[in-house]
Amino acid sequence: MSLLRIRKPKTRKGKKVLLAREPQLVEPARTMVFLDGRKCGGNVKQCMKDLQQLKKPLVKVLNRKNDITPFDDPSSLEFLAMKNDAAQFAFGSTSKKRPDNIVLGRIFENEILDMFELGIKRYLSISDFKNEKIGTCVKPCLVFNGPKWAQTEELRRLRNLFIDTFHREKVESIRLQGIEHVLSFTVTDDMNILMRSYQILLKKSGQKTPRIELEEIGPSADFSIRRTKIASEDLYKQSRKQPKQLKVTKKKNITTDGLGNTKGRVHLGKQETGSIQTRRVKALKKTPEEKRADRQKKKVALKAAAIEALTASG
Amino acid sequence: MDVVQEVLEKHRKELDKYKPITVEKHLECRLDVGTLLITDPNDLDDRQIASAEKENYLRALTRDNTQLLVNAIWELNTERVDESIVAKLPEPTTVLPRMRKPPGPRVLTKWEKFAKEKGITKKKKEKKTYDEVLDKWVPTYGFKRAEAEQNKDWVLEVPQNVDPNTDMFQKKMDLRNEKVAKNEIQRMKNIVRAKKIEMPRSGYLGPEAATSSQLLTAVTVAKSSTASVGKFQNKLPKEREARGLGVKELIPGAKRKQSHIADQPEKEANLDLIKSVLNKKPKLDVEKAISLQKQDERLARDAESGNKPAKKSSKKGKGSRKAVGKKPKGNRGQRAPGKKAAAGRKRR
Repeated sequence: MSLLRIRKPKTRKGKKVLLAREPQLVEPARTMVFLDGRKCGGNVKQCMKDLQQLKKPLVKVLNRKNDITPFDDPSSLEFLAMKNDAAQFAFGSTSKKRPDNIVLGRIFENEILDMFELGIKRYLSISDFKNEKIGTCVKPCLVFNGPKWAQTEELRRLRNLFIDTFHREKVESIRLQGIEHVLSFTVTDDMNILMRSYQILLKKSGQKTPRIELEEIGPSADFSIRRTKIASEDLYKQSRKQPKQLKVTKKKNITTDGLGNTKGRVHLGKQETGSIQTRRVKALKKTPEEKRADRQKKKVALKAAAIEALTASG
Repeated sequence: MDVVQEVLEKHRKELDKYKPITVEKHLECRLDVGTLLITDPNDLDDRQIASAEKENYLRALTRDNTQLLVNAIWELNTERVDESIVAKLPEPTTVLPRMRKPPGPRVLTKWEKFAKEKGITKKKKEKKTYDEVLDKWVPTYGFKRAEAEQNKDWVLEVPQNVDPNTDMFQKKMDLRNEKVAKNEIQRMKNIVRAKKIEMPRSGYLGPEAATSSQLLTAVTVAKSSTASVGKFQNKLPKEREARGLGVKELIPGAKRKQSHIADQPEKEANLDLIKSVLNKKPKLDVEKAISLQKQDERLARDAESGNKPAKKSSKKGKGSRKAVGKKPKGNRGQRAPGKKAAAGRKRR
């Protein structure tokens, strides 16, 4: 019976670690923690290794066996992800009931947002393809084939998870020659997901844009979807909420032309020409006749008003 | 005109040498160039996927889609950076979930809130102050401050009102430790307040952390929290009640009333009370006695001289009203609800 102490960091490094675990305005690129289940070997192990290869250096690999069942009790999984400051996890296991099982998921607020259990039906690893490899840290193009991706909520979330996992990080610009890797995900009618990985070869086309040829480099896998757990609509919406500070507010009346010049439009409001002081000129002054006429006019108007008021009251 | 035709013809022939970069699609593909993403909603060819040509089909399909994506990328604005051509990507349109909620404003601590309300600003302390005892500049905090203090307080006086054998150094250290502990508790409370968790001041700590006696207390207090102080609450079989003098005493943080039951036996206590009343001696108020004496003397003198004391005017006025009976006590003393007030001014 004691209050859980919320410790103050004692070292500068410890402070850094704790600060990294706090919510941030702009979040860093997502790391993925790789965990082994009670038994993890063969295709699953190979698949995990290839995924690590694809995600490097945003990975955290834990090599011990874990007695975790993510769909029954995810608490220790969540804890491990929290400790390693990972936003995503891959959990590999193989059993008689679920052979070659890999669970991919992500974390929101130290709790599992959604996770998908994929069974590996057929697997060819990167090392099975004997050809030139691409370098690490290459931002891949992502291709999703098939009409089913948009049809069910589950597949939409899975598609989002794949994008989240493989897009690496948000970039402002990209080197044109650096586009050399494409990952394709095809969902078939019998709900299998075919994942393929190709190298992009840029060929001449006689125009500015090159013609593209693909060469398979692996990994190549056929997944079947087993169990899934997706976040409720509310939670998912909450997790996608972006901070207000990052929203770009449009500034009114400022434009930039083609040459890069900034132009502003200024509104001055109505000018009160009647009350402003202008130069007095004798010629503009009223003559005595005009003054008299004005006075007369005023008198007549007053009289008329008085008569009207009297008739109204009487 | 012939020249134009010729050039066009030549260009077309040149293009024929290469494979095309255009792709025909039944439905338009959704592009997100910012994340290098393309989604193809067109139907798949089931027969090809089932056949041995599956890999080739997938590759061709992916190639076409990638070509579309590449076409879009090559149309973007480019610039030259270190001998390579870089395309500026637009903002991604796919919204990905965050890892944590966006950060809110920092919650002020209790002191910070108070200081803000009162307009108290932090005063910066000097890093070093001159110490007259040591005849040195001494750090006010941090590195070597403790050392300086030790040098200064190498001897401590034992005050007269404490036991001469007390260790004043130990006492000083205890005082400091107490302060540190208090500060830690206040820090915790600030964290709790910032996280908006309901926490009891002390005592019951929630179902996970509480002991059985604390739980029992909580149940007893909760049951008695009705309008009729829990008189009509049902009891479970074999239900125990928390021990205590009463419910009020069980509530954590509530003020404890002194018990009317003392250690002394009742009879003895009552006898003591009677004795204290009976043994009372009248108090001697010297001043009052003198003034009474003076008055008596004055009256005697007046009677001797035959002068009657000056009579006050018989006119009835506010001031002339004689106070009859007791002066009403404002909110003091016991009220006797059965008894009617015997005397006194009737107040309307």
